[in-house]
Amino acid sequence: MNFKLTFKIAKALLLARWKQTLVAAIGVTFGITMFIALLSFMTGLNDLLDGLVLNRTAHVRLFNDVKPNPHQPINGSDAYTDSYNFIRSIKSENSRLEVYNSGAILQALRQDKRVKGIAPKITAQVFFNDGAVEITGVINGIDVVAESNLFHFADYVVEGVPLDIRDVSNSIILGKGLADKLQANVGDVVHVTTGKQQQFSLKVVGFFQSGMQEIDKIQSYASLATTQKIMGKPGNYITDLQIKLTNIDQAPMVAKEYRHLFNTDAEDIQTANAHYETGSAVRSLISYSVGITLLIVAGFGIYNILNMMIYEKMDSIAILKATGFSGNDVNRIFIYIALSIGLFGGLLGLGLGYVFSYIIDQIPFVTPSLPTVKTYPIDYNPVFYFIGGVFSVITTFLAGWSPARKASKIDPVIIIRGK
Amino acid sequence: MEKDIVLEAIHVSKTFKDPISVKVIKDNTFTIRQGEFVSITGKSGCGKSTLLYILSTMDTDYEGDLMIAGETMRGKTENQLARIRNEKIGFVFQFHYLLNEFTVLDNVMLPGLKLNRWPEEEVRQRALEKLEILGIKELAGKMANLISGGEKQRVAIARALINDPSIIMCDEPTGNLDVKNGLMVFDIFKELAEKKQQTLLVVTHDLEFANNTHRIIEMEDGRIISH
Repeated sequence: MNFKLTFKIAKALLLARWKQTLVAAIGVTFGITMFIALLSFMTGLNDLLDGLVLNRTAHVRLFNDVKPNPHQPINGSDAYTDSYNFIRSIKSENSRLEVYNSGAILQALRQDKRVKGIAPKITAQVFFNDGAVEITGVINGIDVVAESNLFHFADYVVEGVPLDIRDVSNSIILGKGLADKLQANVGDVVHVTTGKQQQFSLKVVGFFQSGMQEIDKIQSYASLATTQKIMGKPGNYITDLQIKLTNIDQAPMVAKEYRHLFNTDAEDIQTANAHYETGSAVRSLISYSVGITLLIVAGFGIYNILNMMIYEKMDSIAILKATGFSGNDVNRIFIYIALSIGLFGGLLGLGLGYVFSYIIDQIPFVTPSLPTVKTYPIDYNPVFYFIGGVFSVITTFLAGWSPARKASKIDPVIIIRGK
Repeated sequence: MEKDIVLEAIHVSKTFKDPISVKVIKDNTFTIRQGEFVSITGKSGCGKSTLLYILSTMDTDYEGDLMIAGETMRGKTENQLARIRNEKIGFVFQFHYLLNEFTVLDNVMLPGLKLNRWPEEEVRQRALEKLEILGIKELAGKMANLISGGEKQRVAIARALINDPSIIMCDEPTGNLDVKNGLMVFDIFKELAEKKQQTLLVVTHDLEFANNTHRIIEMEDGRIISH
C-alpha cells in the first residue's frame, strides 16, 4: 500500500474536522504537559528533600558504638561450648569511642577504588556557657575541605567563611539556632565546658544553617585539631570516618566488608535512612500515576473523536472500499489519524512541559531552612521527556486501534444501498 | 466473431437468513461481453440491486460462481477482491459519493493512485483526460462539495473510468438527477459504449433509459426472465 496516498487521505480527513482534531490534540498536549511539569517538579522536590539528609550523610560510616562486649568470658569456657548461655544485666564496657588505628584505616580506604572520598570527624559533647545558663551542644571536629567537597558543608554556612575554622586557631562555626540562644555574633567569643569540666574560649567565625532546626540548635563545627585540643586527645584521635562511595548502591555490601576488615561498627546509608528511600519511591509513584492517568483520559478523548469521525465519514469509507481500498488500507488511514494526533499533541506537550517547568523554576522559593535554594526545584531529566513522548504515541495508538478496526469492518454495500 | 466475455454469472443465488430464510436471488446464469451496454430492470424489490452488488464483488455471501475477465471470484480474500474492484470495475451509484475533503481532480485520481500502476503525474494526466471527455475539465481544481449534482455525477463517472476498467457497474445512476442531467448521463454512457467499447452494466427502473441500451436483462422476483 502506498504510504503517501494513505497519508494524504488521513491528512484530508484530519483537516476536514480540524477543530475536533485540535481538541483531541490539545487533550494529549495537556496530558503530556502536566506529565512533564509534574514529574520535573516532583522529582526536583524529591531530590531537594532527599538532599537535605542524604547529601550530608555518609554512604558508609565507621565508628565505635557504646555497647556490651559480645565476647563474654563464659562463651570462652570449654565447659559450656555446647550450651546456650543466658546472661542478664550486662553493662556496656567502658570502651573508647575512637576508631582504633585510624591512620592505617585511612590509608587502606584511600587505596579502595570504590571510595570516592573520606572525611574524618570527631564528635564532642560540650556545654556552652551563657552567663549562668549552660546549653548542651555538640562540637563536630571536621576536616573542612573534605567535608565541603563530600557533604556540601560550605553551602550551609550562611555567614562567615568556612575555611576560617581551619585557618583561625580556636575558632568555631555555630548552628544558627544555637547562636541565637547564645546571642553570639561573628567575632564574639563563646565559652564551652567539656564533660571533664575543662573550660575553653572559642572565637565565633560563622553561622551554620542546615534546614533542620533541631540540628541547628545543637550542632557546631570546629577543626579537627581544635576539637582534639578541647577534648585533650592526641592528633590521631578520630571518632567517625565518613566515607562516600562512587556507587551508593554498594553501601550495604561495603559496610559489611569494612565491619570485618577494620573491626569497627559500620553503618550504611540505606539502613540509616530507610524512610527517605521509601518516601521518594512513593512520591515518584504518585507523580507517575497522575501523569499516566492524564494521558489515558486524553486517549479516551481521541477514541471518542475518531468514533465520531467514522460515523460522519461512513460514506467516504464505503466509496473508498468500493473503489478498491481494502479493509487494511482503511484501518491504516485511521491509525495514521490517531498517531498524527498523538505525535502532534505529544510534541507540543513536550515543548509546553519544558516551558512550564522553566516557569516553575523561576518562581521564588525562599525559606530560611534551605539557604541554597532560591526558586522551586526542577529536575530537567530527559528520561521524563522520553517517557512522555513514548506514552503519547502508545496511548493514541491504543485509542485509535478499536475505531480503526471498526472502520475497516464497514460493509460498503450496507452504506451504499441504504441511501 | 464473438467478443470476449467480461462477466459471467453461473447459477448465482442468494438467501437472506435473517429474520427468516428468504431466497432473494434465484439461480441466475448469464454473461456480458466486451463493449455491451446492458441494463438490468425490474420492479422495486425484485433483487436487481442485490444482484448488482454480488456482481460487484462487494457482497460475497452468495451461492454459485462469478467470473470477471475469466477469473473466478470464489475463494478470494478481501484484499484480492479490493484489488479486482480497483483494477477491473468502475462504479457509479445513485448518490455520487465524492470525498468532500478533496478536489474534483483528487477524487478522480484516488483509485488510480491506489492502483499504483502509473506514476502520480501520469494519473493526473489521465484524470484530466477523463474529465475532458465528460466536459468538466474546468472543474478540476474545485472542491467536490462546491459543484452541482449533475456535475458530481459526471465526476463520479470520470472516477469510474480512471483505471480503464473491464466493466462499469451503475446502480440507478440517473435516479437522483433531473431529466436534463439524466439524459446527459445517458448520452455519456452511450458514447462510452459505442465509441470506446466500454462495457457497462446499469441497474435502473427507468424503462426509457433501459430501452435505449443494447440489451435488457429483466428480473422478476429474484429471477432473470429475459436476457
